[in-house]
Amino acid sequence: MDKRLERILPQVQKPARYVGGEYNEVHKDPKNVEVRFAFCFPDTYEIGMSNLGYRILYGVLNEMPGVWCQRAFAPWPDMEAEMRSAQIPLCALESGEPIGDFDIVGFSIGYEMAYTAVLNMLDLGGIPLRAEKRPSLTPLVIAGGTAMYNAEPIADFIDLALIGEGEELLPELVNLLRRAKKENWSKPQFLRSAAQTEGVYVPSLYDVAYKEDGTIQSITPQDGAPSKVYKRVVHDMDKSYFPAKTIVPSTEIVHDRVTLELFRGCIRGCRFCQAGYVYRPVRCRSKEQLVQQGEEALRDSGYQEVTLSSLSTSDYPELTALCDGLEKYCSQNHVNLSLPSLRADNFSMELMQRLQKGRKAGLTFAPEAGTQRLRDAINKNVTEEDLTNSLRTAFSGGWSAVKLYFMLGLPTETDEDVLGIAEIANHAVHTWREYASNKNRGLRLTVSTSWFVPKPFTAFQWEAQIPLEEYERRVKLLREAMTAKAVTYNWHDGDTSFIEAVLARGDRRIGKVLEAVSRKGSCLDAWSDYFDLNRWLEAFSECGLDPAFYASRQREKDEILPWSVISCFVSDEYLWRQRELAYQSKATPDCRTACSGCGANVVEGGECYHG
Amino acid sequence: MGKLRLRFAKEGRAVYISHLDLLRTFQRVFLREGLVVRHSQGFHPHPILSFALPLSVGQSSICELLDFEVEEALDGQGMAEALNRYMPEGIRALECYVPVRPVRELAKLSCEVDFLYDAGVPDNAGEQIAELLARESVMIQKRTKRKTLADIDIRPLLHSLKVTEEPGFLRLNAVVSAQNPGMNPALLAAAVERHAPTLKADFVRVRRLETLDESGGIFR
Repeated sequence: MDKRLERILPQVQKPARYVGGEYNEVHKDPKNVEVRFAFCFPDTYEIGMSNLGYRILYGVLNEMPGVWCQRAFAPWPDMEAEMRSAQIPLCALESGEPIGDFDIVGFSIGYEMAYTAVLNMLDLGGIPLRAEKRPSLTPLVIAGGTAMYNAEPIADFIDLALIGEGEELLPELVNLLRRAKKENWSKPQFLRSAAQTEGVYVPSLYDVAYKEDGTIQSITPQDGAPSKVYKRVVHDMDKSYFPAKTIVPSTEIVHDRVTLELFRGCIRGCRFCQAGYVYRPVRCRSKEQLVQQGEEALRDSGYQEVTLSSLSTSDYPELTALCDGLEKYCSQNHVNLSLPSLRADNFSMELMQRLQKGRKAGLTFAPEAGTQRLRDAINKNVTEEDLTNSLRTAFSGGWSAVKLYFMLGLPTETDEDVLGIAEIANHAVHTWREYASNKNRGLRLTVSTSWFVPKPFTAFQWEAQIPLEEYERRVKLLREAMTAKAVTYNWHDGDTSFIEAVLARGDRRIGKVLEAVSRKGSCLDAWSDYFDLNRWLEAFSECGLDPAFYASRQREKDEILPWSVISCFVSDEYLWRQRELAYQSKATPDCRTACSGCGANVVEGGECYHG
Repeated sequence: MGKLRLRFAKEGRAVYISHLDLLRTFQRVFLREGLVVRHSQGFHPHPILSFALPLSVGQSSICELLDFEVEEALDGQGMAEALNRYMPEGIRALECYVPVRPVRELAKLSCEVDFLYDAGVPDNAGEQIAELLARESVMIQKRTKRKTLADIDIRPLLHSLKVTEEPGFLRLNAVVSAQNPGMNPALLAAAVERHAPTLKADFVRVRRLETLDESGGIFR
């Protein structure tokens, strides 16, 4: 181990997250490695190692002969201070080599607030932030993940972005770089060639011109770059890679368990949900394969918990049969089966009994809005009756800790909708009184609200975020209406959501703001302890940009949106239609009931929902 | 049903695994091997694993002991090799056997404490440190469980000491009390820092070498 690292580790919290060496860490003989890939996660080890996509791509890349994918995470600020004072660059866990010495430095970015961590990690790695300051072919700085559907805020810093699912695309890109290295290509030559690969977006090949009012005049592709970059999609989930043999951290992480991915995509089409649109179409894994993968992963890891993950797990067509299939192994080996948040309309007794065998952790439902009218407007097709039925099932089955998630500031929201949230909470308390099987334990009902952030590629991508003062007024209104003693009300910090709204729909000019705020010390803005709104506001004013232009402005239908080069196959016409339906409070049926023609069906040759 | 004792080394990158994380790591290692460890009774059953002497984060050891019970009657033959297929880097099972002696007979630890000096070992530092630690009493300040500082004398807990000078560092080979009360070998550095601040090392490495009984014989 690096002697300098050994010196600083006793000074920092949780040193185990900075050394690697875990079970199943991949090592390769450097002599046989042609492409070294530093896979960077712009958040802590505990968050990054909990990410299934990160584990999938680590496995996919390391299965490639001649390619060694290694990990790097954002250090906690105590570690960062020690590293900077000892002048230790950010290194990969596997080999301990500085990330700046790698051929590819790839970031997995799921969340806009991670941008400052990306910049900070580049800086800690001794890598020039701006792509134009890196004339040589390597290190090539790339990024993928859900946030890259609008890569514009970090367009100045990355060489290219990968759009969509990476299992096939990333190996193609790595092989292209392998060839480029062998044939001594220049960086521009490589980027021009990469841009021809489906799913690769090279920001420097697009010229953006602005109008006087700050909106975009035109986006012009250069050097043969495509005018549309379509996302990449894995077609057959049963043939796609699953990390059955995966790293088991030696220190506790956030999701310290086996994660099975039931399906990609979501049939629901909630109008606020970016994931619901960009992951279309729905593609399921077969239950037979899931059972096999679950057992294999449990056996290899020694984990005693397995979770069934997807955007809306209870929509898996054969969920009950899948649980039955896993149950034998789970009960024999003291393995707990858990589900992430559930939809309130199809939470059944049958499903609950499957779960009851494990420990009764809390249940989480996300009705998202307080009245039926608003739930119809956002296309969250859950009725109050659905929720009451589900709560009845939960309470009579012995659950006493329930969390309900809502959003404030959704388009068309009125005070009546806000107060509807308190009403739902009160109904939940009544339902508990009436149906709880064990009242001695008391009810723990948590109601959480967040401030709605309009995202690209949703029906609300043109909407203004409501002003901060208005959000705070609605929080206060709700807080005062929340009278039941058993209810705990939490609301999300408004400052973060405001900046998130700016970054989510930001354009290229935001780059200099990110650079400025990073210089001022921003490093882990996804953590409220390290987020400082004033630092951001100062950076905006230094750069002569108005954050409200991005967060609080209503866009016109014909405005060229910063992300308009990118396509997730769902058409803008469809999204606009969904927006109009929202203003009429009209729901759209889910994809299983009827195809509403979003455009994603072209991916599967016309028909996108199977099963 | 049988009791087993596993002797293992914890070195390299594994020295940063905390006690609680080590417990979880071994639970998983046993499951990977398919070994059924006896669980506690009660609402949240957990496997019964007992480390003889918890090791501080950052210290290495080639003499750790872990006691556990298995559902089958096993003598531990071949177990160390089997478990080593499932270990994180730096943890290595050395042997596994049916314990004869109770852990309370583990009285002393043999260890080496390296004092690293970046600018070279100061003149006569070895002699001075040996002299200092040979005094009748060596008081140090130690943080108690109540977070207050207490003066304790480590001299009665230090049973033998040999100091050798190597290029760039001093090696202290010490035998210290293991339990009731035990002494963390890192306290030797604390004693030097307090009584001979000019000899304070730039970095201190601690390594456990062997478990001993009261009379100084090897404890297994």
